[in-house]
Amino acid sequence: MSANRAAESLLALSQHEELVDLPEDYPLSASEDEGDSDGERKHQKLLETISSLGGKNRRKLAERSEASLKVSEFNVSSEGSGEKLVLADLLEPVKTSSSLATVKKQLNRVKSKKTVELPLNKEEVERARTPLEQEIFNLLHKNKQPVTDPLLTPVEKASLRAMSLEEAKMRRAELQRARALQSYYEARARREKKIKSKKYHRVMKKAKAKEALKEFEQLQKINPTAALEELEKIEKARMLERMSLKHQNSGKWAKSKAIMAKYDREARQAMQEQLAKNKELTQKLQVASESEEEEGGTEVEELLVPDAMHEAQMNADGPNPWMLRSCTSDAQEAEIQEDPEQLPEPLAHNVSESEGDERLVAEEEILLKEFEEKRSLRKRSELNQDAESVGSQETKDSISREVLFELRTLSQKLKENHQSRKQKASSVGTVPQVQREVPAPEEEEEALLLQRPERVQTLEELEELEKEGCLQNKELPRPVLEGHRLKKNPNNQTDSPKKKKKEQMIDLQNLLTTKSPSVKSLAVPTTIEELEGEAERDQKQMIKEAFAGDDVIRDFLKEKREAVEASKPQDVDLTLPGWGEWGGVGLRPSAKKRRRFLIKAPEGPPRKDKNLPNVIINEKRNIYAAAHQVRVLPYPFTHHRQFERTIQTPIGSTWNTQRAFQKLTTPKIVTKAGHIIKPIKAENVGYRSSSRSDLSVLQRNPKRLSAHHKKQLKKNSID
Amino acid sequence: MERAPKPGRDVPPKKDKLQAKRKKPRRYWEEETAPTTARASPGPPRNKKRNQELRPQRPKTAHILKKSRISKKPQVPKKLRKRKNPEPQRSLSGAQDPFPGPAPVPVEVVQKFCRIDKSKKLPHSKSKTRNRLEVAEAEEKETSVKAARSELLLAEEPGFLEGEDGEDTAKILQADIVEAVDIASAAKHFDLNLRQFGPYRLNYSRTGRHLAFGGRRGHVAALDWVTKRLMCEINVMETVRDIRFLHSEALLAVAQNRWLHIYDNQGIELHCIRRCDRVTRLEFLPFHFLLATASETGFLTYLDVSVGKIVAALNARAGRLDVMTWNPYNAVIHLGHSNGTVSLWSPAMKEPLAKILCHRGGVRAVAVDSTGTYMATSGLDHQLKIFDLRGTFQPLSARTLPQGAGHLAFSQRGLLVAGMGDVVNIWAGQGQTGPPSLEQPYLTHRLSGPVHGLQFCPFEDVLGVGHSGGITSMLVPGAAEPNFDGLESNPYRSRKQRQEWEVKALLEKVPAELICLDPRALAEVDVISLEQEKKERIERLGYDPEAKTPFQPKPKQKGRSSTASLVKRKRKVMDEDHRDKVRQSLEQQQHKQKKAKPSRARPSALDRFVH
Repeated sequence: MSANRAAESLLALSQHEELVDLPEDYPLSASEDEGDSDGERKHQKLLETISSLGGKNRRKLAERSEASLKVSEFNVSSEGSGEKLVLADLLEPVKTSSSLATVKKQLNRVKSKKTVELPLNKEEVERARTPLEQEIFNLLHKNKQPVTDPLLTPVEKASLRAMSLEEAKMRRAELQRARALQSYYEARARREKKIKSKKYHRVMKKAKAKEALKEFEQLQKINPTAALEELEKIEKARMLERMSLKHQNSGKWAKSKAIMAKYDREARQAMQEQLAKNKELTQKLQVASESEEEEGGTEVEELLVPDAMHEAQMNADGPNPWMLRSCTSDAQEAEIQEDPEQLPEPLAHNVSESEGDERLVAEEEILLKEFEEKRSLRKRSELNQDAESVGSQETKDSISREVLFELRTLSQKLKENHQSRKQKASSVGTVPQVQREVPAPEEEEEALLLQRPERVQTLEELEELEKEGCLQNKELPRPVLEGHRLKKNPNNQTDSPKKKKKEQMIDLQNLLTTKSPSVKSLAVPTTIEELEGEAERDQKQMIKEAFAGDDVIRDFLKEKREAVEASKPQDVDLTLPGWGEWGGVGLRPSAKKRRRFLIKAPEGPPRKDKNLPNVIINEKRNIYAAAHQVRVLPYPFTHHRQFERTIQTPIGSTWNTQRAFQKLTTPKIVTKAGHIIKPIKAENVGYRSSSRSDLSVLQRNPKRLSAHHKKQLKKNSID
Repeated sequence: MERAPKPGRDVPPKKDKLQAKRKKPRRYWEEETAPTTARASPGPPRNKKRNQELRPQRPKTAHILKKSRISKKPQVPKKLRKRKNPEPQRSLSGAQDPFPGPAPVPVEVVQKFCRIDKSKKLPHSKSKTRNRLEVAEAEEKETSVKAARSELLLAEEPGFLEGEDGEDTAKILQADIVEAVDIASAAKHFDLNLRQFGPYRLNYSRTGRHLAFGGRRGHVAALDWVTKRLMCEINVMETVRDIRFLHSEALLAVAQNRWLHIYDNQGIELHCIRRCDRVTRLEFLPFHFLLATASETGFLTYLDVSVGKIVAALNARAGRLDVMTWNPYNAVIHLGHSNGTVSLWSPAMKEPLAKILCHRGGVRAVAVDSTGTYMATSGLDHQLKIFDLRGTFQPLSARTLPQGAGHLAFSQRGLLVAGMGDVVNIWAGQGQTGPPSLEQPYLTHRLSGPVHGLQFCPFEDVLGVGHSGGITSMLVPGAAEPNFDGLESNPYRSRKQRQEWEVKALLEKVPAELICLDPRALAEVDVISLEQEKKERIERLGYDPEAKTPFQPKPKQKGRSSTASLVKRKRKVMDEDHRDKVRQSLEQQQHKQKKAKPSRARPSALDRFVH
């Protein structure tokens, strides 16, 4: 588990390094020492991750490493976060010693000591003997770690080349800016919340409503499905309104106002307003693009719909790698790259009276969006690569998907807008939510690392470079990486249905189209004079044509599914709607209640046709036949199977020979016809010794007598 | 009283049997080879004698035999005790019975008649229960041995066509067969040229003696086809879709254009059943006295002909029904539908017992073999498939025919005939019990018109084919069961015998509601009601009367009944119980592991059909 995670982090790191890369012709400037230190740090990080691969997972220590104007105490993170602070580091001089120093030290040490007689030659060092060594070598190779000489790895070199001081500074500035923006935003939200002026709030509300309306209209243009969803929400709000007594002038406040209303014009107006609001809310929606009421509705809806809903939607539409799919063409990428430029346009509408703040917010949003975009883009590029490696796909399909994806991203953005505004209003901008909204810090970091669209190409190039590098040491296994990639690859989804089919014991398709021996029959009917093989093909064609409309198999499977559903034992629901909570039309008892009062039916035995896809076996009991079955176990038997064994041999004459039949059906006692049978006496049963035996009872079947009885008989006969 | 021989002990090994065959059996009137030694030996005479016979011939095997005798030694005194007289039994004349004891019975034959299903494990049973079980097993053994012994009475053996090396039997023409067989058999091949009244459906009576056929244009006739004596011939002046004998040859059901009519063997209309209208196919279930009719309106109707009541009318919900057959093993009706499924019906259930998807196109014909093991279907996709009906309903073999088979029929011994256009193909299985292999046809025959009806004649190697040119009766060696049960369906029965049989059959009539997929299920306890009743009883009484009562230590004297000792005793018992439980669970675990490891060959599913 831990090793797995470590591998993942390693992968992330390697990617990270790849992405940092710059155009190769970037001159290595005077700020070499800076770059050097950076590289060293990276190196150390790498080593750490490698070491954590083997053993237990080390926890990363969050470290505050940089100063900013205003610092939020929660999510400060820097690239140095993964490092561990060592006391020795602190004790060391501030000035970094050059890399030569260590060499010097080593040299000194070597000088002071007597050198080893046989310095191990290269091959010996490189050859891995124990499995542990092999593992380490593999790891080193994988990361292209130089084994023999302490020079930098190619990746490190690349990163060195890629990262310049300027770049780093810019990045830092960006980060700072983002963080500052965030803190501004939070502060503003808090401040706004504290404002007590009703008028201000009213104005704000109105402004928001207008905004929402605009947005909705836009949404309708761009993404009708999302708009529909919004409409649904409105509908929901209406339902809730209809159920509640909120705006019906029945509250305390309303009553007091009602008393005042006679004299106070304002109070009257307020009441009127309330009623109007209720009316507005409860009015049924006619057309999607209606006017004021929707506006109000959306507003209220925003207030009503809990945060969780927003979140869920965000998660559903968020950058889930499974939701994305591979895209092959470069044109698509170009489109995506265009997206950020398009983005500001819709956001421009957001500008309202408090322009300065708004602008800030917008900017921040753009930033966030950009991060999001980059992240998705990176993922896509990965996928892209995968897709290339896997094989080509239908471009048509991908294009259509592309369109869908665009829609989705757009809707997502809009939603995020909502979210942010809401946050502004309610100033719930506390940390957890921020963290939820903004992608997790690590991801953010990664996203930040690839902001420039033009770098994508270099990235690809780098990847290609990498591939080439891989080819050189291709013989080294890369199971971890590959496994990871595979996991990400959505094309693998094709595998899962296959597995499903495997679970079904017999494939229905195969079953119905069994290859049959086409031996030429001797006598072919007169009407047919063609070759059989040809005829077969023709027939298949014909049959296909004739039955193109009705898919027999699908129909059958559907029927079977229905039958299975119908035969399942039904759960008993004992919930009483309205018991202990509000009830009414459109209100359902809470999930908790339902769970509590649902008596789950015991799972029945597995169906007989579970593994037979082409068969539906009726599981119903034949009650008429059951009426003829034995339903009470006779005395000595304790289990039904015991009794079943004794009645399995048929005794009828149909199944037996005459002799056997007669023997099986002989009565226990056979009496002579006409002979008087005296009533039984105590002596006969063995209470007192009897003088005479009763000959009237003739025992035909001594085998069936009990031992006691036999003894008695013997005694009698002796007497 | 006759004692059932123990097959394990009394049946001689095969080698000995062969030996006996090779050597001429010694008759009791002949001179004894070594009377003195026989008398001197204390062992049972049979063994001794065999040894003596063998010894001079195969000295090498003698050693082995000696060994075996040594191993059997503990048995010898037992036998001696049983038979009080160790001397060989002698008749008055002084001759010795060369085959003492009951005649041996082959184990396989006995096994065939054993019906107790020993595959299911029994829970631990008390001694009384065990006694009952033992008695049941002994009875089973006895009856099966008797039945096996009576197999001797089945004198006839099935014949078969066998091609000389490389010769294809399918090339043998009817004319060749007729030439080869005796006159009586040759007379069974005939053609009825009835071109006037269209394609014919035909039906043989259960005894195989009578033949009824109905032409589509109204011609209905019944005759004793062996003697060719015509019983009746009428024209019903209406379309005849199907024709079927009822339980005896005296009654005849004819599915006509509108309604179902019943005629007697004089051609007199006895009934017109208007509740069965537009009937396309008829089947008669002889043990239930049910006439099953499938109609154009999609209804499957069961008519009890003994009381004249409609037992059930089931809506198949699958459109027009014109493919129907019945399973002789469990009397389930099979219907073929246009959506490629075959549904299985019983009058007791409103829904089909099972539905099997067989073909991609519609089903054209269905046939079930006499043991109820295999079902052959042919569909519009020109496939001919054989399904296993023993629980799995999976196709065993399939082949594509140039022109799909429109009619199918199984013979009593498992030959499959398919009518394709104007050709009939017959396939035979390799073994006695296996399904017919569809690789190579056993026989083929071309008719003068397209086939419209097919049936193998019971107890005769004859296949009746109704076609547009009339009726053809063709010879198919090895098709029918050579031995008939004289009490059940006797082809040579007189009128009186038939009447007797009718009464008996009516008395033994099986209720219609007992038809289900597994007829053996009736010999099982209705577990659901059993449990239900038990639960109700517990509810009624307020306690479980069968529950184990907690242990109550008996009071003892001399101060041994102190509280401490009582508790101790109680604890002892409790611990013992606990240990038992643990032991059992351990055993179960081990058993599970064992089961999981080797996949033991399960008892063949075929076994349950052998009886």
